[in-house]
Amino acid sequence: MTPVEQSTLAQVTQRGRIVTRASREGAERVVRGALFLCALFSVLTTIAIIAVLAKEALTFFTLPNHPEISVWQFVFGTEWTPLLGAKPGFGVLPLISGTFLVTGIAACVALPVGLITAIYLSEFAPQWLRTPLKAVLELLAGVPTVVYGFFALTFITPDILQRVSRWVTGEEVFGTYNALSAGIAVGIMILPIVCSLGEDALRAVPRALRDGSAALGGTKFDTSIRVVVPAALSGIVAAFLLAITRAVGETMIVALAAGSLPTLTANPAAQVQTMTGYMVQIFLGDAPAGGVEYQSAYAVAAMLFLLTLSLAWIGGMVLRRFREEYD
Amino acid sequence: MNQRVPSKGTPIASWRRLAANRMFLVACLAATLLAVLVLSALLISILVDGWSSLHWDFLNSFASRKPEKAGIKAALFGSLWVVATCTVLAVPMGIGTALYLEEFAKKSRLTRFIQLNITNLSGVPSIVYGIIGLTAFTRLFGMIGANDAWSIGSEESFFYLRLPFGPSVLTAALTLMLVVLPVVIVASQEALRAVPKSLREGSLAMGATTWQTIWRTTLPAASPTILTGVILAISRAIGEAAPILVIGGALLIFQTPTNLMSDFTVLPLQIFNWAGRPQAGFHSIAAAAILVQLVLLLIFNGTAVAIRLRLQKPLQ
Repeated sequence: MTPVEQSTLAQVTQRGRIVTRASREGAERVVRGALFLCALFSVLTTIAIIAVLAKEALTFFTLPNHPEISVWQFVFGTEWTPLLGAKPGFGVLPLISGTFLVTGIAACVALPVGLITAIYLSEFAPQWLRTPLKAVLELLAGVPTVVYGFFALTFITPDILQRVSRWVTGEEVFGTYNALSAGIAVGIMILPIVCSLGEDALRAVPRALRDGSAALGGTKFDTSIRVVVPAALSGIVAAFLLAITRAVGETMIVALAAGSLPTLTANPAAQVQTMTGYMVQIFLGDAPAGGVEYQSAYAVAAMLFLLTLSLAWIGGMVLRRFREEYD
Repeated sequence: MNQRVPSKGTPIASWRRLAANRMFLVACLAATLLAVLVLSALLISILVDGWSSLHWDFLNSFASRKPEKAGIKAALFGSLWVVATCTVLAVPMGIGTALYLEEFAKKSRLTRFIQLNITNLSGVPSIVYGIIGLTAFTRLFGMIGANDAWSIGSEESFFYLRLPFGPSVLTAALTLMLVVLPVVIVASQEALRAVPKSLREGSLAMGATTWQTIWRTTLPAASPTILTGVILAISRAIGEAAPILVIGGALLIFQTPTNLMSDFTVLPLQIFNWAGRPQAGFHSIAAAAILVQLVLLLIFNGTAVAIRLRLQKPLQ
């Protein structure tokens, strides 16, 4: 006789409680319901975001003592002077141009460097170099953005930009606050995102494609650029878009380094204000709650939300539409 | 050149292709070196700025208008309070959502919608979450006015609660929960997906219910990966300044938090405040505070790596 057969029902019940089927299924239903509520919370969050932003933005556009504010004038106006007192202007274009300028600089820094690093990590790097390199990128990804802001303000601007410009042109081109230093810092911030997501996309390309290219006499460079990168293009573009979404929503770097003067300009040496930068200025307490400046921050937030949402949406569409399936 | 070339494509001499290969490798190394260089420049410049200000008194004194007397005691304790509360709130919620989506939900329209919704939430800028936190938690949608505020306990007791929450530790924790929730959910989902199906089937074949299978088999198998993801999410929460700034984290605080309703400040906000001032003295203490923040983050990430190495056993 085996030991299992020797144990009686009494011994089994001593070890574990016998649970009836009904109570087991009841507990199951309770747990399932609780977990469903957790999942529903994220939907509630989205509803709350949309409801709050819509309501407050609507309040801004229908303020009784500011009939001159309209959606048209807000979206296409070129004067953003909300704190001017007597005759404030609420045209959001300078803030959008500031956001795009900083994001554009960041993209110029992060996208090429990030893609090359991703290709290197996925296709070329030997194992002994991969591990420390990934550690460096993880560290860069973990640095809080306020630290990058401090770095832009106290190192990139005075020690690099001002020094180089003085050396090249002999005069002071960059002020304490400028779009270029903020853009570079934002670029450093999004670099790890481009690298790690890009590498994931490249690694997902099956080995057979690389082997085929190599068998046809392609060098490693040919294989990477003409076979692997095109095959992973949808993932790479999605990585780019996600990184750009992060750059658009980045707050602390631009609040510290870009300045607080809304300017409609493409000059990277100029002081600019981004949408997030304006929100920081308002919520830090420059404006009384409930006033027109305060409400305008909500309208800007709604604009920012729509912008990042459409970027995320485009990213998802690119992934779905242009994905190449290899099996 | 009598090279035969297929009808499409340009003929490229092999030496040129090899040269391109070599040049690309150089570009790769340069790009890689750039990342290392930037990290070193960042660390060195902050060490140079902040090392001299970093001493015991700096850790153990409160904010001050004079940089040489200012310290980060309130910010350090505030950060720890907020992050601990945020962890307690976000982790069950995040893992619960992941469990529902991975283990219970059928492939329905609703499930797809929730999944898409989570992906979209992870792209929302953190300052927007700050605005939601300000409206929903600080002011409770304006449902309760200042006159009929409701509370339990006195302001000194450790269980003191009031409605609306006001700019308090709990508000900050709830807001940061919104920020990190998508990260926790996605990380947990990936961890659950990596658990081999055969483990679940074995448990189900023994007569266990779905929840028993999850609690005794799937979750233990996925827990090291979930834990790593959670720690990384929390280390993101500890570095966030923008949402805290919006919900009204105070700047001059002269006590450490005593309960969930205490006024508070956090390290990133303190760093932002000092870094934004023109005087060099404040820049120096901002750098010193950054050093403390980075040490805190290193402890977090080091723990994540240690857990990954210690607990991760291959399951296949």
